[in-house]
Amino acid sequence: MTETVVRQNRIARNADRVGMAAMIVASLCLVALGAHWVSGPMVSVIVLILVLVLGSVLGLAFTGGPEARRLLAPYGLLKPGMLWLALFFLAPVWSLLRISLSTKESRFSVQYNFSWAFQNYTTAFRDFGKQFEHAFVYAAIATILTILIGYPLAYVIAFRGGKYKNILLGLVVIPFFTSYLIRTIAWSTILADRGFVVRAMNAVGLSNVFEWLHIMDNGKLLNTPAAVIGGLTYNFLPFMLLPIYVSLEKIDINLVNAAGDLYSSASRAFRKVVFPLSVPGVFAGTLLTFIPAAGDFVNAQFLGNPNTTMIGNSIQDQFLKQNNYPVASAMAAVLMVSIATLVLLYTRIFGTEDLA
Amino acid sequence: MMRKRTKYGKYALNVFAGLGLVYLFAPIFFIVAFSFNKPKGNFNIAWQSFTFDNWLHPFAEQSLTRALWKSLEIAAVSTFVSTILGSLIAVALSRYKFRGSGGINLFLVLPLTTPEIVLGSSLATLFLGQNFIDFGMTTIIIAHIMFQVSFVALTVRARIRGFDWTLEQAAQDLGATPLRTFMKVTFPLILPGILAASLLAFALSIDDFIITFFNSGPVQTFPLQIYGASRVRIPPQINVLASMILFLSVAILMTGTIAGMRKSAEKQATAKKFKLLHRK
Repeated sequence: MTETVVRQNRIARNADRVGMAAMIVASLCLVALGAHWVSGPMVSVIVLILVLVLGSVLGLAFTGGPEARRLLAPYGLLKPGMLWLALFFLAPVWSLLRISLSTKESRFSVQYNFSWAFQNYTTAFRDFGKQFEHAFVYAAIATILTILIGYPLAYVIAFRGGKYKNILLGLVVIPFFTSYLIRTIAWSTILADRGFVVRAMNAVGLSNVFEWLHIMDNGKLLNTPAAVIGGLTYNFLPFMLLPIYVSLEKIDINLVNAAGDLYSSASRAFRKVVFPLSVPGVFAGTLLTFIPAAGDFVNAQFLGNPNTTMIGNSIQDQFLKQNNYPVASAMAAVLMVSIATLVLLYTRIFGTEDLA
Repeated sequence: MMRKRTKYGKYALNVFAGLGLVYLFAPIFFIVAFSFNKPKGNFNIAWQSFTFDNWLHPFAEQSLTRALWKSLEIAAVSTFVSTILGSLIAVALSRYKFRGSGGINLFLVLPLTTPEIVLGSSLATLFLGQNFIDFGMTTIIIAHIMFQVSFVALTVRARIRGFDWTLEQAAQDLGATPLRTFMKVTFPLILPGILAASLLAFALSIDDFIITFFNSGPVQTFPLQIYGASRVRIPPQINVLASMILFLSVAILMTGTIAGMRKSAEKQATAKKFKLLHRK
């Protein structure tokens, strides 16, 4: 009798370990089920383990007393969301990797056999190397442009907005309340060949300058690489602007004044005080802009031409139109891994500031 | 000399910011203006003549209206679920110190640092390999909850970062049960953060195109309908509905801002009173 009480107490005192272990085991069970690690009768075994683990944690919470409940509480709160992410985020990534190494039985079959088929990856690189290149180059240029446009705008709002700060910030966000797709279609109409912008540029003679800069191509603005990059820049600008604004807004204006009192010029104060303090914002903004831009296919579809397709277009086409899931999955896996690598490198170089 | 130059610099920067705003609003102006256009043919892309017709019959395009309702339905369900799941995570992260919270933080950021096309296609491979659910409403809702949860968790966590959790202890010391403490103290205080996060999640769901595109099956949401139809026709109703959504969001944003401004004004007023009292 006393022995069980003692044992129970020990479990109760270490309830946080139990809770964490239960969460990890339950997540693994869900990943196993979702990603088809197991088949046949093993499925019911896994389900049984899942139910048992969750049940025993609940049991511990009821019988373990207030201390155990307090230790278990965070895991209990985390569990629903975490298990959801395990099943619908982790398991899919696993099944994507699996399909990327599978082969189809025949051209029209829906059955895939896992066979370490690395040829999917060679196909992906051989046939779609250009698209990978476009994705990364366009996204990089667009990211730089969003910094060039977003930083000054965020700066003016943060330091000169005064009491209109919130209204200005609202103005910046409002355009993005219209649908992403509609915005992109609107740009395609604005830049159209016989549209107002092209005609105005021809009238003023700006088109020659633009031709020279390779922004225009034979009198066309639409369906050029520049249009795709412009679309990406426009659509992801708030992801750059808002984090920069947040980091600028936090800066104590007295620091800038102090720099001035110490005979620093305005530009030197900016270089030595303001900019270093806003680097975390630029850092977060770069990730939030580059990542979605590299995977985008809407801008290339509406604003580009067949020679400006990005990797997103190819994945979408192979997956949904050609039903060539293995190669599409291989491309998606390469995109995911290369972006993860870039993010890691980037965090190594620029520090590991909290993203949120 | 020096001062003059910085003054010009200041001026130039403000002008640049103004131009930036113009750039941001160019397509919006276009979208709203063309909602008053009377198009010739199927494509509402060249200005013909002014008309109120489109606004008088905003729901004339039945497939578009149906798709919009579908989107609202999906957003309502997915936002409801993801707000609960995400807020629970946020409360766990900011209320408790526990083993593995750093790992959880990192795990939450992962879906946000994965391109949408990877999220969409990988989820589709999960659904392809089973016979329980067909592609359709359910898969779309599951997908939306998946990407909303992280957003909600991080937004709510950021909003309740400064929350004073000792208030809970105070309530319990005064004899409140845990449930009563939560309902009367904790929940009302973290509610604004949760509401803001759910609004964001709702907007993300309505506007999502790429992830939905991979997991929709036969269902047409508002963005999918526009995408599918854009090759064949672009009716002015798209502009009308988009403008409506825009105006509605602006109205919500403005009420939020005004409420916030009033609150800070109140705070300032009490602070002033407090100061005056002390001066006496």
